[in-house]
Order: sequence, then structure tokens, then C-alpha cells
Amino acid sequence: MSAEDALKSKFAGDGLAFSQFRDNHRIEVPAAKLFEILAFLKNEQHFDMLAEVTAVDYLEYEGAKDRFGVVYVIVSTKTAERLVIKTFVNDPEPLLPSVYSLWKSADWLEREVYDMFGIRFSGHPDLRRILTPDEFTAYPLRKDYPLKGRGERHNFPVLTRAES
Amino acid sequence: MAMKDVPDNIFMTSLDAAASWARSNSLWPMPFATACCGIELMATASSRFDLARFGAEVMRFSPRQCDLMIVAGRVVMKMLPVLQRIWLQMPEPKWCISMGACACTGGVFDTYAVVQGVDRFIPVDLYVPGCPPRPEQLMAGIIALQDKIKHGGTLNGTEFGKRTQPTGPTPYDLDELIRIREANEKLISIN
Repeated sequence: MSAEDALKSKFAGDGLAFSQFRDNHRIEVPAAKLFEILAFLKNEQHFDMLAEVTAVDYLEYEGAKDRFGVVYVIVSTKTAERLVIKTFVNDPEPLLPSVYSLWKSADWLEREVYDMFGIRFSGHPDLRRILTPDEFTAYPLRKDYPLKGRGERHNFPVLTRAES
Repeated sequence: MAMKDVPDNIFMTSLDAAASWARSNSLWPMPFATACCGIELMATASSRFDLARFGAEVMRFSPRQCDLMIVAGRVVMKMLPVLQRIWLQMPEPKWCISMGACACTGGVFDTYAVVQGVDRFIPVDLYVPGCPPRPEQLMAGIIALQDKIKHGGTLNGTEFGKRTQPTGPTPYDLDELIRIREANEKLISIN
């Protein structure tokens, strides 16, 4: 039985949406069931590697109902299968359970999503910014953040030659 | 002492000119290479282009042993405090070359994270344009800097003390001014 069939039978009433494009198997899951489904895929199926965690901002996107989509790509190193799990969260407090307890690679991936989109992961051991400086306050990949920033790139002391 | 009394192999000059001549022909670059300009900088220093012909081949990765900072590549806002700290660690007299479009103006990276020209935050003596500049162009820049040091350099570096103004533009570019104005207009229309 494939992992998708197992999911279909185990989480029958939870509104999972399956789709496929070529070899890209995608499953949309409700945020409340996310951790349970990922734990099932890790422990009872054989998806032992978390390849990617990323997010999409659907602000002003045509036909979108939710603000953020968070995407998990998991891989089975046994069968080379790949699954794309997607869930949705919303403002004002986008929050998801951390999957650090399942895959250690979630550590930096979730920090990056937090840094760029401001989506928090409850249960993450060290949820700090990873790419931008610690004193940065915005979430730069959100669509309502201007491309050129809000003047952060100019916010430094100026050294003149006479004083340095 | 009349000129006819000066024996052979003696010449007269000012101390400033002698010191500047010596300094200009033994520049020790600090390679602050962050991007593809750094690759051109390495090519400039290696055998084909041979920066040693101009006495500037001793690249040192300790700022305390250098007197020429070559900022090669884009500098992001997380790197800028590091750049300023390295600049402050270099002993006097020191010079700075801003190499390539990104270091000079931010280049194509007009984003929230990239500093729009290092001259806004550290003093720059010479700009080398290009994306990235060819090694010949960097060498032309170094020769021009040598010329600048020879003409106007002083023994105790008093010419640096006169440069009390920042070299770069004021840290607001046109787009930001437009955005601030639009935001204010929106506020006015709401109120």
C-alpha cells in the first residue's frame, strides 16, 4: 500500500486534498492535523528525511483563501519517494507545531521560515532569526514588505576619513 | 651648501614626497572579497596579470598588516558592521578602493538587504567601475591610487584629517523619498 493510500484510509474524514503533477505528489492538509500526519508518515511509513520547509505568502493572490501556505517536502531514502505536504496558516498569529522532534533538519529550516515570513513554530528549541541580523524586526519575504526595505540598509553609523 | 657641492648619487626631495613615493609602491591590500569581483581580484594578484609589478601583491588577511582595503563585491547590511570594524582596525596611513558596481552603488541588488554603496558608511578613495571590472581595470585603479598618494600624500597623513565629510551620497535615495512622500500623502488623506 502506498503512503498516499495509507493516508487516505487513516485520515479519511479530515479533508485531505490529493493532487499530482507528473512525479510530484502533493497533499494539502489542515493545520490542526499537520503534526499527526507528518508523525504518521515518519514513524509508520518510511519518510525518514525532511528535505525542505518553506512558505508562500498568498496576500492579494487571486482565489486564495488563506494568507500563508507552508510546504514540507519529505523524502524516503529507502524508496526515493517524495511527498509535498502543504498546510495553511493565517494572520495575526501564524503558528504551527514544530516538527523538530521528528526530523532534526527542521531546526534551521523552520528558523528560516520564521525569519522570512514570521510564522512561529511551537516547540522549536531555538526559534531565532537565521539570515537577517538579530535586531531586524520585519519579515522580508512577506508581500506587504517593500522590496527596498524600510530603510534598514541605511541605518548605520557613517565613518568619515578624519575620524577613522 | 651650493648645488655644485652635492656629490653624485645624492638627490634632494621633501620628506613628504619620499614617504609617499615609498608608500605608493608598497601597498599591502586587504582583500574584502564578497562576490565575483573577488575572483577578478584573485586573478589580478596571480601570475597572468601579476599585481606584483606594481608592488601591491602582498595580500594579507589581517587588517593590522594592511594599508589598502579593496572592497570587492556586494556588502549586505549584516556584513557592513564587519567591514567598518575591519576598516577601523587598519593602521594609518590607509586607503580604500571600492571595486565593482555593487561596492560602488549596490549594482543590480537594489533590495532591502544590500548596502547601496560602501562609500555611504566608510571613506572611499577610488572607485573602479565594472561588473566585474577586468584585472586591467583594477590595475589601472591601483596605478591611479599610487598617483594620488604620490601627489598630495604627507608623512604624517595630515591630508586625511581634512576629509571631515562623508564620501558617499546622503543615505536616502530617490525611491525612498518617493515612498515616504506617498506614505505621508496617504496619512494626510486618511486624516
